[in-house]
Amino acid sequence: MTPIVSLQQVERDFVKDRQSIRVLQDINLSIEPNEVICLVGESGCGKTTTGKILAGLLPPSRGTLEIDGRPLSSYVGKEARLIRRQFQIVHQDPFASLNPAHTIGDILSFPLRRHRLVSGTAALQRRIWELLTMVDLTPPGDIVNKYPHQLSGGQRQRVSIARALTVNPRLIVADEAVSMVDVSIRISLLKMLQNLRQQLGLAIVFITHDLALAKYFAWEGRIAVMYLGRIVEIGRTPDVIMNPAHPYTRALLAAVPEADPELTRHKRAMTLRSDEIPRLTAVPPGCAFHPRCPYFQPGICESKLPPLRQAPDFMHQVACSPHHSGSLPLDADALNKI
Amino acid sequence: MSYDRNHVVLSVRDLSVSYQARRGQVQAVHKVSFDLHAGETLALIGESGCGKSTLNLALIRQLPKNATTTGQGLFYTYRDGRQVNVLDFSGRDMRRFLWSECAMVFQGALNSLNPVIRISDMVYDTAKAHDIGRDDARRRALKLFEQVRLDPERVFRSYPHELSGGMRQRVLLALSLLLRPQVVIMDEPTTAVDILTQRSILDVLKQLRAELNFSVIFISHDLAVAAEIADTVATMYAGEIVEIGPVNDVFYSSRHAYTLSLLNAAPRLSVGREELMSIPGSPPDLIEPPLGCKFHERCAYAHQLCRQSSPPLVGYGEQHRAACYESERVFADAQNTRKVSAV
Repeated sequence: MTPIVSLQQVERDFVKDRQSIRVLQDINLSIEPNEVICLVGESGCGKTTTGKILAGLLPPSRGTLEIDGRPLSSYVGKEARLIRRQFQIVHQDPFASLNPAHTIGDILSFPLRRHRLVSGTAALQRRIWELLTMVDLTPPGDIVNKYPHQLSGGQRQRVSIARALTVNPRLIVADEAVSMVDVSIRISLLKMLQNLRQQLGLAIVFITHDLALAKYFAWEGRIAVMYLGRIVEIGRTPDVIMNPAHPYTRALLAAVPEADPELTRHKRAMTLRSDEIPRLTAVPPGCAFHPRCPYFQPGICESKLPPLRQAPDFMHQVACSPHHSGSLPLDADALNKI
Repeated sequence: MSYDRNHVVLSVRDLSVSYQARRGQVQAVHKVSFDLHAGETLALIGESGCGKSTLNLALIRQLPKNATTTGQGLFYTYRDGRQVNVLDFSGRDMRRFLWSECAMVFQGALNSLNPVIRISDMVYDTAKAHDIGRDDARRRALKLFEQVRLDPERVFRSYPHELSGGMRQRVLLALSLLLRPQVVIMDEPTTAVDILTQRSILDVLKQLRAELNFSVIFISHDLAVAAEIADTVATMYAGEIVEIGPVNDVFYSSRHAYTLSLLNAAPRLSVGREELMSIPGSPPDLIEPPLGCKFHERCAYAHQLCRQSSPPLVGYGEQHRAACYESERVFADAQNTRKVSAV
């Protein structure tokens, strides 16, 4: 299958205080139609920047972005506008992403009118009601005339999702879309996103720092773990979560507390060599994780940049030199006892 | 962790807080009672708007002016055995009490540290206000910074902006212990920090608690953090403590439908594929709260009685209490679904 969007050797720089900082390096990532993929990592790892590039909100500094197998630059005029619409983003903060001066009906009607997706008032209203029903804001009649401040955080996030759906996208980037919503309503939002994915054949890129949530949401899809601007491990969710290969992934998984007292108190700890996250202005040479990695192998890790590829005995890809040479113990439990 | 069950440090009795709003009285905290023992960590869990932060501010009497606090009392026992009711304190008494007996670690470490003075000056200011010598304060601070795994000399000389988020959070933790309080109240201390930073804060907190044996009231919406560090867990809903008990009882033998529903909505990382459930609806209006059990509108177990009268807190065993008419069914379901997986 041709991927909807594919990043090849993508890099992205930002300029701060006249200094160029590389926040993304050598990102290779393809999103298949109807796929769900989670980007996880700590703040500053580049997951949001990757999401913005995928959604077409930010051009890569270097590298190619292909859509349906063709470079983005080959799309011009009307074709370019049509393509741009197929990628939508849902932001984290539903309090900031909806204009407080417009009713929900207005918010949903702007893109529908702008892109001439409906003709006539009756059709417009029908479409708005249909969208609100799709995101379970029922009865729509109670919602259309309300302003964002009259809705709860969860309801607002549903409006954001409905707005993303107005233009019939093929891919939605959900950037920490449920982080600000209470625990009790998160799951219903995630279930709704999954239903929409199935009904509409959407692909979803879900960006989160919450590994447990990523595991739940992307169980049938993939997870990409990012560290300091690079993807360090990527694979099918059950493989990555149950059999993590990269020491960084293992450290993250070991560090997460679990909503289960026995489980969380019996987790094996993994001690890093340093707690400090290096600055993006001074990314360590070789494997960027080497100054913190408990399995650091001198002479290899700090000198050679590990490529992201399948390691022996793993089903998925990892960027770790000791793995590729087969010199890192395989069993995560055995590892943790070292 | 074990704690001294015979030694109550803070005893809260029937504490209520209401805010005056334009539409009417907001009953933010309603008749909350609990005991905090020496060395105990109590986690108050609940969602936004459940009253956990208000309760917190009421305990240190730092509520805004439009709030009214009522109740039998906040009984605090000093190390020498003297007992006082914190609700009777004057402003001066309260200033003396705070930090030296009961310290507070607020959410958002950046906002709690004064950006224009060095950490050292913060230490000296605190010492001066509480009549402690500079040298003594410095010695204590350096020791504490070491205990929270910071470079003591460097941190002592630093301005807040020179420290990372995780370091600042650990500085706050250390500073809160400067005057050796018996109680430390923490409001979401690990929210908005990264996973590995959270891990180091939790580890440091556990270690400090073991070394210094203070009591903690830990406020969080994160069930996982509560599961990890709490001895006792209290679930709050719409301003009330609806369930309180030892951490394992609350997590594996839940007695309140809300607690069980929250647990059923929280994903666990190392539990393969899970079926999770959201709680329908949203929390009730606290100006005109629903009759009966405040959770009944969202509760899968609710029946006629739940809609009419509010359930009393009932004891299950010595330390476990819950206010739910359907606690037997909840308990049975919790036993079936929340059982400890083999670890």
